[in-house]
Amino acid sequence: MAILIDENTKVVVQGLTGKEGQFHALRNRAYGTKVVAGTRPGKGGEEVEGIPIFDTVAQAVEATGANTSLIFVPPPFAADAVMESAAAGVDVIVCITEGIPAQDEAKVYNYLKETAPDTVLIGPNCPGLISPGKSNVGIMPDSITTPGPVGVVSRSGTLTYQAVHELTTHGLGQTTCIGIGGDPVPGTTFIDVLKRFQADPETKGIVMIGEIGGDAEERAAEFIQEHVTKPVVSYIAGVTAPPGKKMGHAGAIISGSKGTAAAKMEALAAAGVTVLDDPTSIGEAMKGLLEG
Amino acid sequence: MDLLEYQGKSLFARIGVPVPEGMAATTPEEARDVARELGGTVVVKAQVQVGGRGKAGGIKLAANPDEAYDRAGEILGMDIKGHTVHRVWIERASKIKSEYYASFTLDRSAKKHLGMISAKGGMDIEAVAATEPEAVVKVHIDPVIGLPNWQATEMVYRAKLDPEAARGAVALLKKLYQAFVEYDCDLVEVNPMILTEDGQVMALDSKVSLDENGFFRHKDFPEFAKEHVIPPVERMAKDRGLNFIKLDGDVGIIGNGAGLVMSTLDVVSLVGGKAANFLDVGGGAGADTITNALEVLMQDPSVKTVLINIFGGITRGDLVAQGVLEAFQSLDLPWPIVVRLDGTNAVEGREILAKVQSEKLIPAATMREAAEKAVQLAGGEVS
Repeated sequence: MAILIDENTKVVVQGLTGKEGQFHALRNRAYGTKVVAGTRPGKGGEEVEGIPIFDTVAQAVEATGANTSLIFVPPPFAADAVMESAAAGVDVIVCITEGIPAQDEAKVYNYLKETAPDTVLIGPNCPGLISPGKSNVGIMPDSITTPGPVGVVSRSGTLTYQAVHELTTHGLGQTTCIGIGGDPVPGTTFIDVLKRFQADPETKGIVMIGEIGGDAEERAAEFIQEHVTKPVVSYIAGVTAPPGKKMGHAGAIISGSKGTAAAKMEALAAAGVTVLDDPTSIGEAMKGLLEG
Repeated sequence: MDLLEYQGKSLFARIGVPVPEGMAATTPEEARDVARELGGTVVVKAQVQVGGRGKAGGIKLAANPDEAYDRAGEILGMDIKGHTVHRVWIERASKIKSEYYASFTLDRSAKKHLGMISAKGGMDIEAVAATEPEAVVKVHIDPVIGLPNWQATEMVYRAKLDPEAARGAVALLKKLYQAFVEYDCDLVEVNPMILTEDGQVMALDSKVSLDENGFFRHKDFPEFAKEHVIPPVERMAKDRGLNFIKLDGDVGIIGNGAGLVMSTLDVVSLVGGKAANFLDVGGGAGADTITNALEVLMQDPSVKTVLINIFGGITRGDLVAQGVLEAFQSLDLPWPIVVRLDGTNAVEGREILAKVQSEKLIPAATMREAAEKAVQLAGGEVS
């Protein structure tokens, strides 16, 4: 089993006619993902490399049975695209778009909670997710992944790749790897994903990668303490980041001592998590926990 | 982007948050003219992107235009916590009866807007919040609905402001919230929000932080940056689309993705070194991006060695390597470069790097090895 996406996932791509959308949608399809539709108002009835285009997501869902949407539309239109997908009734929305205003993200998050509470939004500003051997929805490089027993969840794109690469080179495959994104209002939090990994019988161990800013890691630590029985390995980036500076991710802002890497690492260690100070030791640490 | 006080007040005035009348000046002569135009006693305030101006002597009263000239002369050029004052804001002095605090921001934990108000403004609000948490009223606002009248009213009454301030404070809060949302702010803060002796409620200060992701809706906002003092190296990086922050060590860092770059700083520190900067080339960097980034680091004399750490996803290792190769051919690089490449097309990238005929290029297989080599080359002890 995998979580959120698997061989039954059928993807509609919002922004399929754009350069980036098309590149990654075709890459996802080549991996084996069922990419069943694209949308672009005014281009309904056309095709992109054999993928039918619809004017709206609702039409695409009705005609193809798509249950997951993948969003590549530019920032000014991305929040609207998320709401359109939710209204069309898809189960999972993966929003890759970077640079969405925080005000839009806050509105969309609350709108989804109020009107479509069962819809899962991954992102925005994230690499998407992959269930190796089954489905890849997003921009993660699939060549570094392989099927296996570890679930990976991360706020950072490149660190996700780094972690997955370390697992794979140590002979540990993955059930699902998810980048939840580093924006101020992510649709999915660590806790949402931890719950699913804990419930998934094939996931034997969990890797969680956090960074400075906010209190998502501290909350995850509380959840792990109470509800997670599987081994968790964690790495937090930003130990030496200067306070009060933004470092690319809007999320990475320190306020007082709350949200520092040290506070997060301490909370996780207290919850029984194996906390590492070097991201390249993730594979080795997980191997020790699963085989030891 | 953090605005200067007078820039924030210009946005407040535009949307209808009451602010004292005033104008900016960059010379004592201008200050005198402004004071003459405003008439009466004025306040001369240093415009810098840092708190604690008052204590540093950056805010002074002037009873007449000649005094405004003198005070501006004292404040302009002053250094406040490393920020040189290039501009003062001169406004009509207010007759203050009470000082309050008000702000709106995003509560990332609750994923809702957070409104805060206190009857104990004008001083260090963080200290008030720490010692008397009940003195700071906090209210969560649903971003879908916005701030309804009843909630603004509740904020004011729960905070127990002076009764005669109630009407004006509710009106100000509603306008302030409107500014927060319509101008795509991360933060709007007024400390102090004042009640004047004649019963008006006004914003005597402004702290506005704009979300640059919202600039597509506000074409004039990038202009604010022209008034900000940005070090030349940071300006150069920004112009080239690179995410750069100067730090105080000597190992220059280039990487892709904010998380990986932060992690690189950490590993450098872990092995006993100190990073000279944070530089994220972002996703999909090509050969030009790498030469651009190296040129930026060449402007920083504190850099003794450079560590390039790339994990290819969308970014391709061969293009990064091509950039390094071109930099060795076209630039007179003053320091050794340690390169660690992994991920997409890393093998091809390493083949390209093997073509560089220079002792200054040092390949490394892992992040830790790269950090150790870089720290050694910078003359540091590896711990």
